[in-house]
Amino acid sequence: MTKEEALFKYILRIADTNLILGHRLSEWIGHAPMMEEELALGNVALDLIGQANSLLQYAAKVEEKNKTEDDLAYLRNEREFYNTLLSEQPNRDFGFTIVRQLLNDAFNIHFLEELTKSSDATLAGLAAKAHKEALYHFRHSSAWTERLGDGTEESKNKVQNALNELWRFTDELFEMNEVDEILLKEKIAVDLKAIKPKFEKTINEILQRTTLNKPEKAFMQRGSRDGKHTEHLGFLLAEMQHLHRAIPDVTW
Amino acid sequence: MSKEKDNQGLVWEVFVQKKPGQPFVHCGNVHAHDSEMALQNARDLYTRRNEGNALWVVPAKYIVASSPEDIGAFFEPANDKIYRHPTFYNVPEGITHM
Repeated sequence: MTKEEALFKYILRIADTNLILGHRLSEWIGHAPMMEEELALGNVALDLIGQANSLLQYAAKVEEKNKTEDDLAYLRNEREFYNTLLSEQPNRDFGFTIVRQLLNDAFNIHFLEELTKSSDATLAGLAAKAHKEALYHFRHSSAWTERLGDGTEESKNKVQNALNELWRFTDELFEMNEVDEILLKEKIAVDLKAIKPKFEKTINEILQRTTLNKPEKAFMQRGSRDGKHTEHLGFLLAEMQHLHRAIPDVTW
Repeated sequence: MSKEKDNQGLVWEVFVQKKPGQPFVHCGNVHAHDSEMALQNARDLYTRRNEGNALWVVPAKYIVASSPEDIGAFFEPANDKIYRHPTFYNVPEGITHM
């Protein structure tokens, strides 16, 4: 694998996670439990899709195959996506969405902070902008986790169940492979081993403020680094890519 | 459904300050269950298009308002007292926010 190929895959990981999670959050539009929350989830979705847009532009440039960010977003198939398994999990209920977001945001605030130090100036610049947005996303998702986790019996159960179900996708966030090896040598990539204790500390701090328990020894699912996904991604892509594939190069 | 509708929290009035030094201007209200969520909801509803750099949220129940019946006694006496308005001064050049 060349450095360029590794960089391309590395950018896709970050971009795809943002794109897919942004799409998931946008599915709440018209269905959120209250209008204020509909706006909040929509704002987070727009931030994430905006980040994905910039990153995919950069990925297209690195790939040098004369593609655009739209080609990458709408014309790749499931196995060519590198978003985390966590990001593609369905919304279910509001508590489930919040826990999915919390795990994603707790990773992102530490990951993006490190990525600002990347020797790749474009990635470092995009990370600096995204980090500010991630800090706000984390503030939102952690505030709701505290309130639901310390709320009624029903809200606590829903959030605890969500945590138990989603915990198995957290190990994968820190998985490193050949891509990371090549880019770590160039000081482009973030050493994810160093991020993991920070992530766990952040999650512990939030959970300590609630009556929620961190799941013990869950089976850990992996696969997205190889483009292998849960059954949910295909359905999401079908919806997200349908228009672009049905009417190629459509604009409005 | 009705349970959800009743469960949106208190109403909070939202005030946005455009720049430091300028007054906080009322821009609307949000629902929220506590002050942190009120602040976040206000941020998401009212400041995402560069409307300002500072926010106040205040529980609407703490705002004391005059009522329409008060208009006569409260405000009308000011109508015919032109000397109460500082219109007889020249404003020096360069003064802003008057």
